[in-house]
Amino acid sequence: MEKWENNKAWFLVLPVFVIVAFSAIIPLMTVVNYSLQDIWGPGQSVFVGIEWFEEMLANKRLHDALWRQFLFSGLVLLIEMPLGILIALAMPKRGWGAAACLVTIAIPLLVPWNTIGTIWIIFTRPDIGLFGAAVNKFIAFDHTARPLDAWITLMLMEVWHWTPLVALLAYAGLRAIPEAYYQAAKIDGASDWATFWYIQLPKMRGVLTIAFLLRFMDSFLIYAEPFVLTGGGPGNSTTFLSIYLVKIALLQFDLGPGGAFSLIYFVIVISFSFIFYQALQRVGKGEQV
Amino acid sequence: MKVKKKTVGLFIYLMLLLLPIYWMLNMSLRSNADILASFALYPKGITFMNYMKIFTDSSWYMGYVNSMIFVTINTIISLFVALPAAYAFSRYRFLGDKHMFFWLLTNRMAPTAVFALPFFQLYSTIGLLDTHIAVALAHCLFNVPLAVWILEGFMSGVPREIDETAFIDGYSFPRFFITIFIPLIRAGVGVTAFFCFMFSWVELLLARTLTVTNAKPIGAIMTRTISASGLDYGLLAAAGILTIIPGMMVIWFVRNYLAKGFAMGRV
Repeated sequence: MEKWENNKAWFLVLPVFVIVAFSAIIPLMTVVNYSLQDIWGPGQSVFVGIEWFEEMLANKRLHDALWRQFLFSGLVLLIEMPLGILIALAMPKRGWGAAACLVTIAIPLLVPWNTIGTIWIIFTRPDIGLFGAAVNKFIAFDHTARPLDAWITLMLMEVWHWTPLVALLAYAGLRAIPEAYYQAAKIDGASDWATFWYIQLPKMRGVLTIAFLLRFMDSFLIYAEPFVLTGGGPGNSTTFLSIYLVKIALLQFDLGPGGAFSLIYFVIVISFSFIFYQALQRVGKGEQV
Repeated sequence: MKVKKKTVGLFIYLMLLLLPIYWMLNMSLRSNADILASFALYPKGITFMNYMKIFTDSSWYMGYVNSMIFVTINTIISLFVALPAAYAFSRYRFLGDKHMFFWLLTNRMAPTAVFALPFFQLYSTIGLLDTHIAVALAHCLFNVPLAVWILEGFMSGVPREIDETAFIDGYSFPRFFITIFIPLIRAGVGVTAFFCFMFSWVELLLARTLTVTNAKPIGAIMTRTISASGLDYGLLAAAGILTIIPGMMVIWFVRNYLAKGFAMGRV
């Protein structure tokens, strides 16, 4: 759709700009300020330039946390996107069934993030948890002792928690497809697969882009759930970037390195989101022909 | 036959989804001593003690009230500022529009963990610390961009001929926007409100940092159940169950907007 050229549209955007800038630019500048100084008390600091950045970029534990984070986000996207689409396709189109499905599926999304961790502690504890007790009947499973078990538990929690978001968005996209498209497909004798590939998937492009980016950002920034469930352990096996960052910035109170770390972190998230955004836009353009 | 298989799969998924919730419900109806003493698939002697404690102790139930207040304020502010902006992005080309849009999105990508501290400094400087409005404003950081993003998608689905016709008919912009355009995308408004509610309701780190007592959210209060004797699982589970209920009410309210089909493409 060709858009109107009009710079007065800025007036409509202005309130958003003001409210977001207030909460974004001032704190961001404060973080930049931290990252360039060595702070050891109120009013006591010295300018150190990019020293913290150099230190952080060479930090071995940060590298480990970063790879862990990529693995985690990669797995999350790989599992949740297809699963969410499948669920959306299986959901009833209308009636009380649709409403009941929507309400049920949305439940995990509405649980505060620290409660998510709590639910899964209760659920997976070998002594009092349903999952923990059931699995332990067959094999020893303890997410506090073995890294692999911790990862499995975390992935289960993550998939349980966030697949509904993908499903809801995909479902919304599916509902926006006019009935006429399906009738046309039926007349042409298109298979279910062809209908999905040539009609449903392209039509869901917009919402799936949103879902993909949201899932990438939020899984990359994940903090509260693994913090409550595993505390980053056993060892460092589930210490993701945010957990390591909080350890440096809020627990050890190293504001300089913490500030540098969070800016590097921020840049990584933005770069990847930008690449994904561009790529997904392009994929869509190819399909529209 | 195929439809059957789909439905069965969906049913199994929904059951698995509810299992951890059921387990929490089970725990919330038992006393802590009972939970730690024996493993039970369902509560044998149901007790509402945990719930009674929450409903009679103001330091507990005020947590829910506080959360509700700042979440509501946040949702209203987000929708109010995002609606015109989303319209601008979906209809007009203007100087720096693409950069502006992406910059808005980048605010969702900031690691809140370290931004918590500057936020604390900022809000204590302007004297808003420990108020509902502070948390509501802070949550705008990630909710406003999201609201603009979702609404823009819905608005782009409305053909521009509708705007043109209305303007030719002599509608002023505000009148057209409020009486014609917003009703057309009310499903989108409903969905956006749901997402704003959700992300504000579940966020903990900022909400906890910006509040002391008066506006403390329920999530922060729940951490108190870690006492000297260890976790009070029963109480924690009851509090957890109660945090889900307001959200369920909201989704019930917007379910038709979600389900009835986003008729945007058919206008």
